[in-house]
Amino acid sequence: MSAILQVRSLTKHFKDVQAVNGLSFAIEPGTCFGLLGPNGAGKTTTIEMIEGITEPNSGEILYKGKPRDGSFKLETGIQFQSTALMDYLTVTEVLDLFSHLYPRVLPRQQLADLCHLGDFLDQPAAKLSGGQRQRVLLALALINDPQLVFLDEPTTGLDPQSRRAFWQLIEDIKSAGKTVVLTTHYMDEAEQLCDRLAIIDHGRIIAEGSPQQLLQQHFDYVFVCIDRQDFPAHLDPATLAPSDAPAGAGATPPGVVAVNGSQVAIKSHAVEETLEQLIQQRVKLNSLRVRNPTLDDLFLKLTGHSLRE
Amino acid sequence: MKQLLALFFARNKEYYRDRASLIWSFVMPPLIVGVVALAFADGGQPLFKVGLSGDPGSSFAQPLRADYIRTINYSDHAAALIKIQHHQLDLLLAADQPGRYWINPTSQRGQVLEQLLLATHPDWQRQEAAGRAVRYVDWVIPGILGMNIMFSGLFGIGYVIVRYRKNGVLKRLQATPATPFQFLTAQVLSRLIIMMIVSALVYVACDLFLDFIMLGRYLDLLLIALVGNIAILSLGLIVASRLASEELANGLLNFFSFPMLLLSEVWFSLDGAPAWLSQVSQLLPLTHLVQAARSVMLEGAGLAAIAHHLWAMLAMAAIFLGVSAVLFRWR
Repeated sequence: MSAILQVRSLTKHFKDVQAVNGLSFAIEPGTCFGLLGPNGAGKTTTIEMIEGITEPNSGEILYKGKPRDGSFKLETGIQFQSTALMDYLTVTEVLDLFSHLYPRVLPRQQLADLCHLGDFLDQPAAKLSGGQRQRVLLALALINDPQLVFLDEPTTGLDPQSRRAFWQLIEDIKSAGKTVVLTTHYMDEAEQLCDRLAIIDHGRIIAEGSPQQLLQQHFDYVFVCIDRQDFPAHLDPATLAPSDAPAGAGATPPGVVAVNGSQVAIKSHAVEETLEQLIQQRVKLNSLRVRNPTLDDLFLKLTGHSLRE
Repeated sequence: MKQLLALFFARNKEYYRDRASLIWSFVMPPLIVGVVALAFADGGQPLFKVGLSGDPGSSFAQPLRADYIRTINYSDHAAALIKIQHHQLDLLLAADQPGRYWINPTSQRGQVLEQLLLATHPDWQRQEAAGRAVRYVDWVIPGILGMNIMFSGLFGIGYVIVRYRKNGVLKRLQATPATPFQFLTAQVLSRLIIMMIVSALVYVACDLFLDFIMLGRYLDLLLIALVGNIAILSLGLIVASRLASEELANGLLNFFSFPMLLLSEVWFSLDGAPAWLSQVSQLLPLTHLVQAARSVMLEGAGLAAIAHHLWAMLAMAAIFLGVSAVLFRWR
């Protein structure tokens, strides 16, 4: 299938800051493509160049194989990271206003159902909660029944419950066959929603693939986590780790990745062996937890700093 | 209290780091004081006003030179006569008609000046120009309506659009198929219609209580208000075209509105002010709006007599619109 959106060597600098540095990627129709990276990585600049809000310094953006033209605005929907709504209009009035800006729109009732706006349609747009406002902004992005939807950090600032509710909305959009371009600095969001991911740092793509692919490529181990206090007093957890073992080396010794505050995380290629060793060393296993590597671990591994920094 | 102080100091910092608004706060007050000082450079208001029509260099007005009499030169005798009729001038002399003077028979000040004149020149001939006294309120009504149009137009357009640019509403609109032209036209039209209705209501309501003088045609007045409103809204658009700081917009809007408030004859006439100040005031759209409306209301001027004001306002509107079209950015 040919890509609905193609980006080639996209570059943008603001004065002496290189915000985006030669990004290239392609997005298949009907998929959710994620730009994952910490704040300041260049995600918003990238997505706004594609949207046509910001002019790139160089590079090429193709929509359905051609440079963007008048149809681009009609066939795409955008939810910006932070935009206010008109001060004195109700939600219904805002929806009406925007529906009059497009030649073809979804019926208001359908839109309200899709984005769960029913409870506050008559409230002033400026008085909504964060989650409600994001849902209205999503409704505005969907008002023209777009084929391609841009969501820039749609759940930033929302409480966990609102975030999960919002994820469900995005799943609904995906299942309606729309292509979604999403930026986020939440690895769980990227993992949950994205079919394909570009991990961005300092304006460059440092890894690209589906979340599962990326994790499989970069990790052949899991983490065995134990509280620091469960180690015998004489045992320094660091001494458990002779070296970082190569993949598939059979009975490999465990390797400590981090003594993070009170928790020790041990890289393990074979959990049973790691546990055996820990038992031999008389480490208590009350706080034992085994977890798979996450995109955050991947980011840390690739850049040396965390997504949350 | 701790939180309050923290917020207070943070706000202070924001304020003084915003250089633009800081400059306005310090530049505007002296500017206003300066303009007022210039307009009233003569010192206190003189007791009497004597008009001199014709060549101001001749010495025909010698009999009425005194500290308590202010003389005002008019090139047009007919215009000066209207001022006599409206009690805005107490006595009028004409350079080309020596030995004659004009007063309004119902004006007490005119009669006092007449006695003064006849004491030294008993042979001078009295000419009368009768008319209903123009109260200050009659005179000031066009100014106040014009001022209202100015403030509402400048701030309603300039400030609102700048705020929408700042908080992202404009960016959201930019992502729709709407064009800047559509958006700005909608803003201007909305404000134009609102202000025409508001002005009409204010006019009617004031007229009920004050029964002010209206000698001209209402249609002409409406046309003046419409054209003036467009000129001022266009000026507001220039402010709105690019700024993203409400503070800076506020300062710039004050920079436009305060000189107009003082120099466009809203509250007082510039008749006695230096000529160059009157010339500067001709560059302001509100001056033309107020002067044209005043001519229609107080002098019954027709469309032909105030056409030059309309053309001036239309020219300004065209220039302002052109400039704001070039400057406009969604962001």
